Amino acid sequence: MSTNTEKIRPKAPRKLKHYFTAAILIILLWRSAVLTDSSLGELLSGLPNMLDLLKEMFPPKWSYFEKIVDAMLETIRMALVGTTLGAILAVPVALLSASNITVSRWLHHPVRLLLNLIRTIPDLLLASIFVAIFGLGPLPGIFALTVFSLGLIAKLTYEALETIDQGPLEAMTSVGANKIQRIVFGVIPQVQAHFMSYVLYAFEINVRAAAVLGLVGAGGIGHYYEVTLGFLEYNKTCTIILFTLAVVLIIDYASTKLREKLL
Amino acid sequence: MIELHNVSKTYSNGTKGLNGINLTIAHGEFVVIVGLSGAGKSTLLRSINRLHDITEGDIRIGSQSITKAKGSQLRRIRRDIGMIFQSFNLVKRTTVLRNVLAGRVGYHSTLRTILGRFPKSDIELAFQALDRVNIVEKAYSRADQLSGGQQQRVAIARVLAQEARVILADEPVASLDPLTTKQVMDDLKKINTELGITTIVNLHFIDLARQYATRIIGLRAGEVVFDGPVSEATDERFAEIYGRPIQKDELLGEPVAEVPVS
Repeated sequence: MSTNTEKIRPKAPRKLKHYFTAAILIILLWRSAVLTDSSLGELLSGLPNMLDLLKEMFPPKWSYFEKIVDAMLETIRMALVGTTLGAILAVPVALLSASNITVSRWLHHPVRLLLNLIRTIPDLLLASIFVAIFGLGPLPGIFALTVFSLGLIAKLTYEALETIDQGPLEAMTSVGANKIQRIVFGVIPQVQAHFMSYVLYAFEINVRAAAVLGLVGAGGIGHYYEVTLGFLEYNKTCTIILFTLAVVLIIDYASTKLREKLL
Repeated sequence: MIELHNVSKTYSNGTKGLNGINLTIAHGEFVVIVGLSGAGKSTLLRSINRLHDITEGDIRIGSQSITKAKGSQLRRIRRDIGMIFQSFNLVKRTTVLRNVLAGRVGYHSTLRTILGRFPKSDIELAFQALDRVNIVEKAYSRADQLSGGQQQRVAIARVLAQEARVILADEPVASLDPLTTKQVMDDLKKINTELGITTIVNLHFIDLARQYATRIIGLRAGEVVFDGPVSEATDERFAEIYGRPIQKDELLGEPVAEVPVS
């Protein structure tokens, strides 16, 4: 066993980096907790209140169900229209953001910046702005969801666009296709299933988002949350929550199944 | 006729891809370009339909200069030059038929092709092309359900539907097994002789080059170091092209013998 014949084995890499990362994470968590005054003690002392609230919520007032069916349908319709409009607008935006399709940096960087800006604005704020512009009702809610869907779908789609196989594009160039023909024949077939999946995902999120938009007067079931909570009718709130849960679960399930089929 | 006058390509990092290449390829020739990886085979082929731009010289396809062409004129020249790739470059998620019809887009308006409204004659042409490469029964299958050899035949059908007068094939059999290699090369040869389409193929295997070519061009470091008929392309000349004796993996061997009978 001489060291000459045996190859020198490399030393195992040091674990210092992992310890360091863990330490930083713990410090961040601890400081955040201190600075936001969150403490386990407060959570425990608040527990009885939470239990009281729960007690008041049950049993749910089932008769209230009839009154909110229309509002729930409106919520779903808002989500549907908002998602569709957003998806249509997302197509050109995604194409303009993808660096392998819009090669010019002067074009895709500003578009991406705009997209990031859109996604920074919370949907409730968007809804409030649109309520201020268009007045109360479902229309501002639809616009808020449109903008929100646009941001989400365009972002996910352009990332999918940037991972496509460039081969078919090259082949389309070689047959003498122009820019639009290259996109229609070389790009779209590669991403359309992803795109549909993102649209369904956006729709899922939008149904949940639309349920609270009513809080700022943008139509849908959210209005009833505000009313019942305001009058301390927690058993009615509970009915709304359960109803929303059921709808969201059904839509989630259907959309997940559909997306599995697509990809 | 394809003419290359003094063609050079220098990459932005200063390396020379092609250096002073002069070639004339006549109508109906079956030219095989050989050389080591990095010798500039692919660059040369992609310069001909301008998937790569050259930095010096001029390339003429028939009477027109593709080097100087722009916009729709460039697209029209490209329409006459079909290309076959090592990785097939089909759209995998669409049908075989639509992949073949994609070869027709250069003939129609953007709107018509977006709507997918290809004339009946185009669809007939696509089926004939699929028929010629013996894969017509797969017309409505998705491209990713096909084997590599079948996909390459679809790519050949696309070029046929394109009604190209020149076919460029960049390592068309590099990702295929010996048996399908033979089928694909036979298809290319058949198209070349029956339809008189000028064919230029990049190949790695030198015995394959000798078997199919009417003319062999050897490239080394971006320069033409051999240009002549197959009879002159002896092992010694190949050794010169490669700068070293021929190695075993540069020979495909007897194609059929390597495939077990199932």
